[in-house]
Amino acid sequence: MWSFLIRRLAQSVIVIIGVTLISFISLQMGGDPTYLFVSEAASAEEIQRARVALGFDQPLHIQYLSYIWNALQGDFGNSLSYREPAMGVVLEAMPATIELTFFSLFVAIALSIPLGIYSALKRGTPIDGGIMTFAMLGQSIPNFWMGIMMIMYFGLYLGWFPISGHVPFLMPLAEGNFAEAFGNLPQSIYYMIMPAIAVGSYTLARNARLVRSSMLEVLQQDFVRTARSKGIKEKQVIIHHALRNAWLPVVTMIGLEFGFLLGGVVVVETVFSYPGIGRLVFNAINQRDIPVVQASVILLALVFIVLNLIVDLIYSRLDPRVKL
Amino acid sequence: MVNVDSQARLEMTQPVPPVSHRRREFSRAFRSLVTSRWALVGMLILFVACFVAVFGPLLAPFDPNRQNIMARLLAPGSEGANGAVYWLGSDHLGRDVFSRLLYGARVSLLVGVASIAVGGTLGTFLGLISGYFGGWIDDVIMRLGDIQLAFPFILLAIMFLVVLGPGLVNIILVLGIGQWITYARIVRAQTLSLREKEYVEAARAMGDSLFSILFRTILPNIVAPLTVIASFNVASVILSEAALSFLGLGVPPDVPTWGSMLAESRDHLLGNKWWLAVYPGLAIVFTVLAFNIIGDWLRDFLDPRLKERS
Repeated sequence: MWSFLIRRLAQSVIVIIGVTLISFISLQMGGDPTYLFVSEAASAEEIQRARVALGFDQPLHIQYLSYIWNALQGDFGNSLSYREPAMGVVLEAMPATIELTFFSLFVAIALSIPLGIYSALKRGTPIDGGIMTFAMLGQSIPNFWMGIMMIMYFGLYLGWFPISGHVPFLMPLAEGNFAEAFGNLPQSIYYMIMPAIAVGSYTLARNARLVRSSMLEVLQQDFVRTARSKGIKEKQVIIHHALRNAWLPVVTMIGLEFGFLLGGVVVVETVFSYPGIGRLVFNAINQRDIPVVQASVILLALVFIVLNLIVDLIYSRLDPRVKL
Repeated sequence: MVNVDSQARLEMTQPVPPVSHRRREFSRAFRSLVTSRWALVGMLILFVACFVAVFGPLLAPFDPNRQNIMARLLAPGSEGANGAVYWLGSDHLGRDVFSRLLYGARVSLLVGVASIAVGGTLGTFLGLISGYFGGWIDDVIMRLGDIQLAFPFILLAIMFLVVLGPGLVNIILVLGIGQWITYARIVRAQTLSLREKEYVEAARAMGDSLFSILFRTILPNIVAPLTVIASFNVASVILSEAALSFLGLGVPPDVPTWGSMLAESRDHLLGNKWWLAVYPGLAIVFTVLAFNIIGDWLRDFLDPRLKERS
């Protein structure tokens, strides 16, 4: 267990170093990065002053080392539009994004598992065909377009759901204000339903197909036949014998799924004016606020790496065949 | 991006059949395509999309960038001043949505196919080397891939495109480089098993050059799974391109794309200008759907064992 943990942690450290290297390279690719950090109206002296202040006059390897050093301290420079440390700006937007990511994952999994199982049990019937057609569609619809369509129909036409905004849950929770956090929860979910469906649709569709195919495979296995021949009720067989094995591939995918979801959240937040990192990145892109973009991307990558680590640990507990 | 479960199961490593046999394969493919209704629909959509991409300028009733202050936000089917019809309406600058949609097909398909060409070539090459030589080369290449996969791809693309600026070549390169590891992994796995086969051994014994062994003996035998992955991949790259265009990181603004049309449509949702959002979205959905369906069909066709299971 410990050796696995240590090996996995070491891997994560290497990956994080790789991430900083990639982000450093991306900064250098457009030529002198100084221009990314000064306003377009800056004079030659101002640019030179910024170049020295930011250390871009140093040799590359020194620049990289100081970049890592600063990155380790969460220092990505000041946001050009907010005039305060970029990391602080990004961290403020973080809880909203985490809420949306987890809620989308929850929606996607809670729906995909029953749909996949049902489809597998009704294999070859029109129900199966219908579910799989929907799954195929779900994998082909851009999440942000789905968001726009839902805003138009459920938000503006039917007026069922709010088309923008967010009610914080994690933020008061982190501040220890439980009454406020849980008082906010219903509203918080209400505001997140449409964005979460938009973000999670791809994951939902893919997992439904995944559960279906792995369920079909498991149902043909000997232990399922044994269970059936022992006269165990079909419901029991499915829940206790088949499902426990059929959903393992879904768990494996969850780690990768976070990458998708985080990427999807970035785009969908913009559609719903949802005050998370995604909208921040979108505005930063338009204002060419590079420190904010860098801080956001690296923070999201970190979140992704940590979540993957956690998923790996959980997976090894669920499937004893995975050696720790 | 790709269907991992399908990917893991692709193990097709028969030596390439002779030409006469291949022709029979081709007619088998054609028959399978016709009998599988969905695949036929997919092919049809794809054909229309390609046709539109190539002949768009001839079909478009308007110049996609011509602004017309007199014809702003016209509903679909409205007639313009000179009698020309705005079949799918016009946008906030009076540009014809239908014409822009036709031109948008070019960017989507070009970016989709070109990125896969870039990523597929790079990944296949590195995968062949990785699998054939093993050792530290293999280690370095695969660990590089691990690092890249540890990074949500769209974020990587955002980071590079913000610095590089929008542009067709930039987006193709970034999306292409985002895909290489998928190909490298499959090719590596296949190469690992193939390099021990007798016919590879034979090629080596006959003194074939390394180039010939890798590209003439091994590569033709792993093309099948690659085409399946490529089909799914084009679909996901088109989605990524649309998302990046939506964020304003795609091609320059004077080139109409489906993603940027959707971005512009957001400002007119409250005014119920639905046609600005519905049509470009449908164009993306149908194109992506076509590639996904064809990918499914290709997988079933190339590996019939899977079909029995699903």
